[in-house]
Amino acid sequence: MLTLERRPEPNRRVALLTPIIAVVTTMIVGGLLFGALGTNPITAIETIFWEPLFGEFAFYYRPQLMVKGAPLVLIAIGLSLGFRAGIWNIGAEGQYIIGALCGAGVGLAFYPTESWLIFPLMVIAGAFGGFVWAMIPAILKTRFGTSEILVSLMLVYVAEQFLASMALGLMKNPEGFGFPGSRNLQQYASAHNAELFTGTGMHWGVVAALIAVIAAYVLLNRHMLGYHIRLTGEAPRAARFAGVNPTRLVLFCLGTSGALAGLAGLFEVSGPAGMVSIDFNVGYGFTAIIVAFLGRLHPVGILLAGLLMALTYIGGEIAQSNLGLPAAAIQVFQGMLLFFLLAADLLTNYRIRLARTEAA
Amino acid sequence: MTFTRRFLMAASAAALGLATGAAAQDKTKVGFIYVGPVGDGGWTYEHNQGRLAVEEEFGDAVETVFVESVPEGPDAERVLTQMALNGADLIFTTSFGYMDPTINVAAKFPNVKFEHATGYKRSDNVSTYGARFYEGRAVQGHIAGSMTESNVIGYIGSYPIPEVIRGINSAYIHAKKVNPDVEFKIIWAYTWFDPAKEADAAKALIEQGADVILQHTDSTAPQAAAQEAGNVITFGQASDMAEYAPKPRVSSIIDNWAPYYIDRVRAVVDGTWESTDTWDGIGAGMVGIGEISDVVPAEVKAEALALKDEIASGAYHPFTGPLKKQDGSDWLAEGESADDGTLLGMNFYVEGISGDIPQ
Repeated sequence: MLTLERRPEPNRRVALLTPIIAVVTTMIVGGLLFGALGTNPITAIETIFWEPLFGEFAFYYRPQLMVKGAPLVLIAIGLSLGFRAGIWNIGAEGQYIIGALCGAGVGLAFYPTESWLIFPLMVIAGAFGGFVWAMIPAILKTRFGTSEILVSLMLVYVAEQFLASMALGLMKNPEGFGFPGSRNLQQYASAHNAELFTGTGMHWGVVAALIAVIAAYVLLNRHMLGYHIRLTGEAPRAARFAGVNPTRLVLFCLGTSGALAGLAGLFEVSGPAGMVSIDFNVGYGFTAIIVAFLGRLHPVGILLAGLLMALTYIGGEIAQSNLGLPAAAIQVFQGMLLFFLLAADLLTNYRIRLARTEAA
Repeated sequence: MTFTRRFLMAASAAALGLATGAAAQDKTKVGFIYVGPVGDGGWTYEHNQGRLAVEEEFGDAVETVFVESVPEGPDAERVLTQMALNGADLIFTTSFGYMDPTINVAAKFPNVKFEHATGYKRSDNVSTYGARFYEGRAVQGHIAGSMTESNVIGYIGSYPIPEVIRGINSAYIHAKKVNPDVEFKIIWAYTWFDPAKEADAAKALIEQGADVILQHTDSTAPQAAAQEAGNVITFGQASDMAEYAPKPRVSSIIDNWAPYYIDRVRAVVDGTWESTDTWDGIGAGMVGIGEISDVVPAEVKAEALALKDEIASGAYHPFTGPLKKQDGSDWLAEGESADDGTLLGMNFYVEGISGDIPQ
């Protein structure tokens, strides 16, 4: 009979291996699922993981990986700081929306003036919008002890209503024949977050994501504040004795994650998406939570996890179109990834023992 | 054991599929991109029925592919590019929010034809198409106005956009014609498809005295809420929703894209495809009126069908004067009918509807 035995110390080697175990298990079980749906599992897995990277049209998909992965990484980096300290910002989706609205609002207010100053102003407004939206749960938590999980999550729905109102009202394109949605910022040079080099997918959001990865790495490993974050998460009592100020930590973690989510929203609305529309947000803020955990809350891990997640999205679409797999099967496949990761996590803290049961 | 066998069968079937795919290079490939799941029972379901009709019509000469639940925005642009790269000859983009992505991708693939539903941007290789659902709303309004006893008709709006406002106006005008005391209560759900929100809206309207519920959202949740409440009637939206007939569902507006899709695919096969703007209604068969159930008295049913026939033949336009706007200003003079431009951008209520259009 199998029993679980607690390890005296979490196994570090296993901790690093679990994401790989999770990915491989997902491929196997997902393959079985695809097989049951009547698709050759090998072809399906190959389509999802190989096709976008090395297939016939990889020249198009590789840059798209960055476009899809950048907002995920940018948001997940911010979330991981808080998650490490036990501060749970679940509302990045809302901060993403508000960041996009503030940034786009600045851009649209200047239309049609052309100036190189406009885009930097939009970036600042985007970060500020996300920051302010995250400060609501932060201040309520530090002042009144409310749960930042609930407040930040509820504010997502508030932000969504706000977005709909903007797309239908204030920011509606005056030349849009009454249809909802703002002007397309892709057609307004000063506000357009264009590709920096044509055909590479590299836009300012990708650059910001890479900078965030490096900054988070430095912060966590070389900086006192990073040490405090890690200490608070691993040993809250010890952190208090070491003089960590919990209020400041909450404000910092929520504020930073909000600002980064706001930036992600701004880069998206001014670049790939182009316009404020009712359904502008597509769940990056929630998917980033999976990315943060899949990446072990480590900056480099998050970078890889974000790219992997983007790969499953892009590969999943190819599988739908070329193999006729239903969207739900692809979503199950993505869900499995987190599920198996959490399951495999068990092995970090426990080991499986083959115990002999004695005959009664 | 069974599992292994299915597994092997699946594998060999896929291998076979690959082989035939390689053999027939000159097949016309048609792509569809959907905003919801094909099983939504409403909007996307009907577009997918159109796709299946294309497969049925052309058999082996045409291959169709689709991707469902694609968010409007950059994801749509990527899926469209992917379809174009993989050799699609014609792509139907079936939601308003796919407008700019469609135009962007079409510019990169001048040899691929695109058909965008319900938008207003066209180019050499992008056509637009939509349906005059307001014609069906006129028939609904007639039945609703005749049937209501409380004189309160509830309306679940999705988003305050011209398409939806047109429907409200059309239904109101025709309800008012048969019942001058009728009053419309409108709730904006801010969603196209969200069963929980739609059920809430329906319940709220019923509590406010509505005994007829009209909906411009796609789920059957309002039908279920009406059934639970008892003496309330509803109409199927986008799809027939016949599982709620004969009551609460007394009739429906059905989107019928099949004839148009078959036409356009044939044009590509024949090489006669041109960029056009199509806005068809009951007459062309794009808007269908679902079976009017026996809950509706025979004379009301006969009147409704007569109205439907008049609209279909073009003898009657649902927006015919004299009509005033909500603020009392004149809109259409006696006998004058609305032009398409005004209808497409409609952002006002007609006289008699209370409340404001949210901004």
